[in-house]
Amino acid sequence: MALTLDDVARIAHLARIEITDAEARRTLSQLNDIFALIAKMQAVDTAGVEPMAHPLGGAQRLRPDEASETIDRDAALRNAPAQQDGLFLVPKVIE
Amino acid sequence: MSRHTASLAELSRQLRAKQVSAVELAQAYLARIEAHRDLNAFLDVRPEVTLAQARTADARIAAGDATPLTGIPIAHKDIFVTKDFTSTASSRMLEGYMSPFDATVVQNLGNAGMVTLGKLNCDEFAMGSSNENSAYGNVLNPWDKGAVPGGSSGGSSAVVAARIAPVATATDTGGSIREPAAFTGVTGTKPTYGRPSRWGMIAFASSLDTAGLMTNSAEDAALVLGPMVGFDPKDSTSVDRPGEDFSRDLGKPVKGLRIGVPKEFFGAGLQPDVEAAVRTALEEYRRLGATLVDISLPSAELGIPVYYVVAPAECSSNLSRFDGVRYGHRAKSYGDLNDMIAKSRAEGLGAEPKRRILIGTYVLSHGYYDAYYIQAQKVRRLIADEFRRAFEQCDLIAGPVTTSVAFGFGEKAADPVAMYMSDLYTIPGSLAGIPSMSIPCGFGAKGRPVGLQLMANYFEEAKMLGAAHQYQLATDWHARIPEGFR
Repeated sequence: MALTLDDVARIAHLARIEITDAEARRTLSQLNDIFALIAKMQAVDTAGVEPMAHPLGGAQRLRPDEASETIDRDAALRNAPAQQDGLFLVPKVIE
Repeated sequence: MSRHTASLAELSRQLRAKQVSAVELAQAYLARIEAHRDLNAFLDVRPEVTLAQARTADARIAAGDATPLTGIPIAHKDIFVTKDFTSTASSRMLEGYMSPFDATVVQNLGNAGMVTLGKLNCDEFAMGSSNENSAYGNVLNPWDKGAVPGGSSGGSSAVVAARIAPVATATDTGGSIREPAAFTGVTGTKPTYGRPSRWGMIAFASSLDTAGLMTNSAEDAALVLGPMVGFDPKDSTSVDRPGEDFSRDLGKPVKGLRIGVPKEFFGAGLQPDVEAAVRTALEEYRRLGATLVDISLPSAELGIPVYYVVAPAECSSNLSRFDGVRYGHRAKSYGDLNDMIAKSRAEGLGAEPKRRILIGTYVLSHGYYDAYYIQAQKVRRLIADEFRRAFEQCDLIAGPVTTSVAFGFGEKAADPVAMYMSDLYTIPGSLAGIPSMSIPCGFGAKGRPVGLQLMANYFEEAKMLGAAHQYQLATDWHARIPEGFR
């Protein structure tokens, strides 16, 4: 199974990365090379094998649902590309 | 003996005996950094910050409140966020980013009194095997300026090889500590997954990302590892175990140690120069009294295909935070919110992170999740189970780190699959999450260094570091310094 240019455009849209046609064409052949490599593991018989989410097994530790670390507002806004009145500014979302 | 060639233990002794001050030591390293700017290893150096930390260290020493690491300089891979230096992950996306907090690893080493020299270049978001994916230019290999320093921790490996930092932090997701260590002839140590905190380590693949160290010896690594690791409630996969003395087995002879040699690590693709140096190193272990045991890891060759599903999947999720809203690059002109995000990501991210985000987005998308991501997690378990079984037959596993010595700039840059094969021997251990390291074991083609890989069972770092130290007592590869940096 090989990806098509339409697949690349659809994936790029899902990933919210703008991509030009030239980039999509270049990316297409690279992704197909990579998926050809990945195909080797798809043929392996894994019936009855438990998926391994991370190396140490067991359930993920949960912390109590209470406020812990906080960052003060000025520090949190220091790297913001656009801000006003202590808020992050983005283009209008709701008309 | 010049200070830049002294062991950390020796520096520590001199500091506490007041034969040198932390300020003098920091100044000496800052001068070496300045003299070797052409390596392009540092992304941010701020002498005023470094010297202020050094003055604090001197005050602690004077007050009798020092740890063995107080006053020793260290440089941090620019994957760890820091309050006092920029944190960019070598990406345009984070150009100029100043973190409101320090990564736990940085904080732990700072609490021990270590003095930060600056932030180190690496592959963008730690994705790469040659450091050619940095948005801020190539790092040169001190052994041969036409060769890559390895990646992703290429700045870390280069500064330790060049003795312009006595120790550096690094991170390993699929080989990013061991491969650059091998390419530059330094000792690169990746502890068990979950031992060092991931808090403040800019996330690439969360089930694999592991902090570690570049040093000039196993002895140095053992000294720094203890204060660096430890349980961190802020990291949901942090392991809660009591602290350990990682130096405890340094003096233990390797006589009787069973070293497993996986036949799959000596197959087609392994270059003869690397194989010769690695076999000579294994012979040295035999001479020292260890027993070599033939073992098999038949699924190890599936490591790369599994990794290129798991790591991109996790990266596509982790890097979704870069949207140009709260921090990071925002495009200059855009239409609506979605357009702003798509353009900001297109401009801010480099080719390799984009490629991996696209792979990851695809393998996680509706209809493909089971066939790719779940299947990869199942094969990952097969690989990990083979390591568990192998460690019933042996105490450590040894083999090559890489198929070849460091390659030249541009040699693999146009072919992602060829680049991905650089991590053939390091990815299996990363998927299992076991501790592993690279120690220098000779030189191959063009006089470029070769690394020997040692792997140990979960939480057996001390045993691995001990065996590495015994080899370094018997050989002097780790003490070789490239021309121009002596």
